[in-house]
Amino acid sequence: MVRVTSVCAVTVIATESLSKRFPRVTALDRLSVDVGPGVTGLVGANGAGKSTLIKILLGLSPATEGRAEVLGLDVATEGAAIRERVGYMPEHDCLPPDVSATEFVVHMARMSGLPPTAARERTADTLRHVGLYEERYRPIGGYSTGMKQRVKLAQALVHDPQLVFLDEPTNGLDPVGRDEMLGLIRRIHTDFGISVLVTSHLLGELERTCDHVVVVDGGTLLRSSSTTDFTQTTTTLAIEVTDTDEHPDGTRAVREALHARGVGVEDGSGLPGAGHVLLLTAQGEETYDLVRDVIADLGLGLVRMEQRRHHISEVFRNSDEERKETAGHDS
Amino acid sequence: MTAEQSLRTPATAPGDTRIHNIGYRSYDGPRLGRGYARLSLYSQSLRGSYGLGRSVKSKVLPMLLFVVMCVPAAIMVAVAVATKANDLPLDYTRYAIVMQAVISLYVASQAPQSVSRDLRFKTVPLYFSRPIETTDYVRAKFAALASALFILTAAPLLVLYIGALLAKLDFSDQTKGFAQGLVSVALLSLLFAGIGLVIASVTPRRGFGIAAVIAVLTISYGAVSTLQAIADAQNSGGDAIAWIGLFSPITLIDGVQSAFLGASSAFPGGVGPSNAEGVVYVLVSLGLIVAGYGLLVRRYKKVGL
Repeated sequence: MVRVTSVCAVTVIATESLSKRFPRVTALDRLSVDVGPGVTGLVGANGAGKSTLIKILLGLSPATEGRAEVLGLDVATEGAAIRERVGYMPEHDCLPPDVSATEFVVHMARMSGLPPTAARERTADTLRHVGLYEERYRPIGGYSTGMKQRVKLAQALVHDPQLVFLDEPTNGLDPVGRDEMLGLIRRIHTDFGISVLVTSHLLGELERTCDHVVVVDGGTLLRSSSTTDFTQTTTTLAIEVTDTDEHPDGTRAVREALHARGVGVEDGSGLPGAGHVLLLTAQGEETYDLVRDVIADLGLGLVRMEQRRHHISEVFRNSDEERKETAGHDS
Repeated sequence: MTAEQSLRTPATAPGDTRIHNIGYRSYDGPRLGRGYARLSLYSQSLRGSYGLGRSVKSKVLPMLLFVVMCVPAAIMVAVAVATKANDLPLDYTRYAIVMQAVISLYVASQAPQSVSRDLRFKTVPLYFSRPIETTDYVRAKFAALASALFILTAAPLLVLYIGALLAKLDFSDQTKGFAQGLVSVALLSLLFAGIGLVIASVTPRRGFGIAAVIAVLTISYGAVSTLQAIADAQNSGGDAIAWIGLFSPITLIDGVQSAFLGASSAFPGGVGPSNAEGVVYVLVSLGLIVAGYGLLVRRYKKVGL
């Protein structure tokens, strides 16, 4: 089998004016989008057509019109071949409570065509990679939501697919679990070499995880571009400094010094450690130099200076408003 | 293999345990596709029908029913051997009819176990996002429950047959009876599996499934045998009795085997359907099996993903 993930110019998913109409709703409306390797976020409100798109891409639901290819295979005619190379993690609960994670994932590996021994080995490997250890021998019924999500992820990865569809993988997780899941999703691409299509209605999540974001709404494509495009227009710097005897409130000293040089500074309110964090807009290389010099002159220690990217949500909100103004459409 | 292993891990002396973080390994081995997946699902479901690979609790009922099915056969064999009888107390073909309550209980408990669980816990989409398709899933589940039922119903016949041979009963007679019995329980297994699965696949709730299967099997049998008794009392003849018998699964099997498999009928008056009527019985049985399969496929096309 040819692994296409290493070649960066290859298209993993391609749709061409793909439409899906149900008797009363249009779930997808002439959607044309190309998705390359890497982690791609599919963003949209509930009912935007994300799950319908995944169903069509798995070859399980015929499109009303248009065509789509996954890994170079036509969804209408080569569904079985696609499903052999693709993993799917549904949004809803899908685990029987009375079997252990190991038994369940082994069974699913065999359903994907893995011989018994390989199924066992891959299950042990995959469960370890998603972070399930001793508990994998216990019945799934006793697992926490986070652990269940890991089992769901493991069954999607166990047959070493070239592409996985993850439908709302962070649903129902607490902030820590959410971060861990996002880290795991990132690793699926960077460490495992598997391309990912992840859906979410939370844009902030995808910003940190995805290389590319596709925004759909009401079944139409709102925007498709790389995450850096979304967020690189301006860069905000977050700065945190130490206090010294000479300057008991280092943060204020820096703010005043920067003010004197004509640079506008905001408090990092709403951020962790608010009151000790300064936010300023970087105009270019010279801003970094200025900050360095100011802090060195004051004799303070620089705890951190980091780029804070703009949130995709702002972009989404803007384009959404534009669209609503022009089309006057409501969903 | 051993040479290769010793090359790879030369310094694994006892006590020298280290944890290596092996990174992600991709899988380049064979992918055996649909046929294999279907077979795996079949064997997993068949094992599951006897609680194998499941919790201890879920082994109790199927195993108990299996024992209950076989014990009377063993007792009959013991009696036949001890009394040096020249025939078994019960025909091979009659055994399943007599033990129908146990068979019904088994179908009622295991059909929902096989399909309702996947519906209830929404595991079905995980199957259909893999190479297997609706028909593969339905065939595997159908074949698994039918095989489980065949094991349940054929095992006591085997006990009877072995016992009959040990008791030195007539070999050709016994072999013929045994073969007829096997054909009859094979048909019964397919029919009951189809009915049980169709009913169970409608509800994700196991309890409802169990109750519905028992209700359909016992109520239809109760109604049919009552009507047959009435028909017999009014002397409306074997024909009416035979036609009424078409409406319950167990009397269907009874009719088929008394028409074609040399069985004595359990219908009132002991008169089974004639050969022509028997053909109808066979057609209805096969029709029900095919319809059950068709309904299951339709059902799973809908719940797909």
